[in-house]
Amino acid sequence: MTAEVLLQGIVSGLLMGFVYALIAAGLSLIFGLMEIVNFAHGEFLMLAMFSTYWAWALWRLDPVVSLPLTAAALFLLGFATYQGLIRWVLGAPMLAQIFATFGLAIFLRSAAQAIWGVDFHLVKDPLVQGRISLAGLFIGLPQLMASVGALLAFVFLNWFISRTETGLALRATAQDRQAASLMGIDTERMFALGWGIGAACVGVAGALLTIFFYVFPDVGASFALLAYVTVALGGFGNVPGTLVAGVVVGLIEVLGGLLIAPALKYVAVFVLYLLVVLWRPQGLFGRF
Amino acid sequence: MPRPLTFTAGLVALALLLTFPLVFTLPYPRDVMIRIFLYATLATAWNVLAGYCGQISLGHAVFFGTGAYTSTVLVKSLGLTPWAGMLAGAALAVALSQVIGYPVFRLRGHYFAIATIAVGEIVQTFMINWDWVGGARGLFIPIDRTGSLLAFQFRDKQVYYYIALGLLLLALWVTRRIERSRTGYYFRAIREDQDAAASLGIPVARYKQRAMAVSAALTALGGTFYAQYILFIDPESVLPLSLSILICLIAVLGGVGTLWGPLIGAAILVPLGEATRIYLGGTGKAIDLLIYGFLIMVISVVQPGGIMALAQRGRRRTG
Repeated sequence: MTAEVLLQGIVSGLLMGFVYALIAAGLSLIFGLMEIVNFAHGEFLMLAMFSTYWAWALWRLDPVVSLPLTAAALFLLGFATYQGLIRWVLGAPMLAQIFATFGLAIFLRSAAQAIWGVDFHLVKDPLVQGRISLAGLFIGLPQLMASVGALLAFVFLNWFISRTETGLALRATAQDRQAASLMGIDTERMFALGWGIGAACVGVAGALLTIFFYVFPDVGASFALLAYVTVALGGFGNVPGTLVAGVVVGLIEVLGGLLIAPALKYVAVFVLYLLVVLWRPQGLFGRF
Repeated sequence: MPRPLTFTAGLVALALLLTFPLVFTLPYPRDVMIRIFLYATLATAWNVLAGYCGQISLGHAVFFGTGAYTSTVLVKSLGLTPWAGMLAGAALAVALSQVIGYPVFRLRGHYFAIATIAVGEIVQTFMINWDWVGGARGLFIPIDRTGSLLAFQFRDKQVYYYIALGLLLLALWVTRRIERSRTGYYFRAIREDQDAAASLGIPVARYKQRAMAVSAALTALGGTFYAQYILFIDPESVLPLSLSILICLIAVLGGVGTLWGPLIGAAILVPLGEATRIYLGGTGKAIDLLIYGFLIMVISVVQPGGIMALAQRGRRRTG
C-alpha cells in the first residue's frame, strides 16, 4: 500500500467523520437531557433520506435545497415522538425505555417498507457532483459538501446550546431537572425541544448523505450502530465530545478497511470502542 | 395462592404439557410449542443476568451462536455426537462470557448495553468472514436418519418437543435454585444498587461474572438445540442483533426478574408472531412487523413491568 492510498483514506475518513459526528450529536443531546437512548435514531435518518429523495423525485428539489425542509420535518417528528411516546415512559425502568424506542424503530422501518418498498433509490444528477483533485488527492464534491455542511450544522448546534438563552435552559435541564424547573424553566418543553433538535440534526445529516448515498428502508441500521458507539466513545451527553469521537470513528473505519480487511472495518471500530471504554469507562470526554 | 395449591397446579400444567404431543399429532402445533419452549429457555437464561443481576445485555445472540456453531463444527469435523457438542458449546460459551465480561462489566447502564451490542456485532462479522465455519453461506448439519438418540436428529417432532421442554425445565429449575440462594440475594443487591452492594462486601465483579456464566451456558444449550432442530445455521440466523433483542423483549413482556415472566412472554409473543406472519406476512409489505413494532411501543408505555407485574398487582388487590 502506498502512502497516497493511505492519505486518500484518511481524507475520506475525516470527511465521513463529520457526518457521523452530526448524527451522533442528536443522540447525545437527547441522552444528556433525559438519559434515554433513542434506538430509533437510524430510522429517523432513514426518514430524512426518504424525504430528501421524494422532494427530489416529486418536485425536483435538490437535496441541498430541500435541506431546511427536511430538517424542519424531522424536528416535528422528534417533537411528536416525545409527545406521543417518550413522555409516557420517562418514569419507567430503563428496559421499558429501550423497548419504547426499539418498537418505534421496527414500526418506522416496516412502515417505510410497506409504503415505499425495499428498492434502493438514488438522487440522480444532484447540484453538487464531480470531484476535485488537491495535491494528488481526489476529493468527491458531494462528500466534501456533506462534510462541510455537517460541520457547519455542528458549529451552529454548539453555538445554540452554549450561547442562546434557550440553549442554556436546555443545558440547565440536562444538569438538574428539578433545579431547572425551580428556576422557572419549563422542563417538559425543553425535553420536547431536545427531541426536536436531536432529530433535526439527523435531518440535516440525512439530507446531506442523500446527495451521494442510496436510500432504502434499512439504511439507518449501520449508521445508527456507529452513532451509538460514537456517542459512548465521546461520552454520553457530551455534545462537543461527539465531534472528536465521530472523526475517530470515521478514521478507524477507513483505516481498518485499508489495513486489515474491508469486511472487517466495523469490527475495527467496535474493538477500538471496547478498548477505549476498558481504559475510560465513561468515554473519552464523559463524566459519570 | 396457598403453596400446596400452586404445587398441584404446577403438576397439572406439567401433565398437560407432557400429553400435548400425544393429542396434537400434526407437525405445526408441535412446532409452535417447541419454539415457545426454546424462546422461553433463552429468555429465562437472559433473565438470570438481566432480570436478577440487573445487567442488561443486548448481545446474547453471541452465546446462542456459540452453542449452535460449536456442536455443528464438532459433528462435522470429528463426528462427535451433538449431545457432547452441546456440553462443549456450553463450556465454550462460559469461557467466552468470562472474556467478554471482564471489560464490559466495568461499564454501567447504557454504556454496558451498547458495549454488548458492539460485542455481538464483532462476533457476527467475524463469523460472516470466517470461511472455515461456512462464512456467510452457513453450515448444514450432516443428515443422519439412523434415528439413534445419539445423532440428535428425529423425523418425529415429538422427540424435539420433549427435549425442548426438558431444556426449559432445566432453565427454570436453575433460576429457581439461584432465586432462593445466597447468590440470588447477591444478584438482586447488585441490581438494586451496585455501590451499596460493594460496600456491604459483595464481590460485585465476581458475581456479575457468575450470572453471565450461568446465563451464557443455558443460552448455548438452546443454540445447539436450534442447530439440530433446523439443521442449518448461518450468522444471519443464529447471531443477529434482532435475536438478542427478541430474547429480551420476551422477558420484558412477561416480566423481568420473575421466574415465570419469560415463559409467559414466550407463550404470548411466539404465537402472536406466528399469527401476524400467517395472516399479514408474505405480502412483502412487512405489515406483520409494523404491528409488532406498534405492540412493543404500547406494551412499554402501558405495562412497563410486564405481565407478571399486572398479575402481582391483581393479587395484591384481591388479597
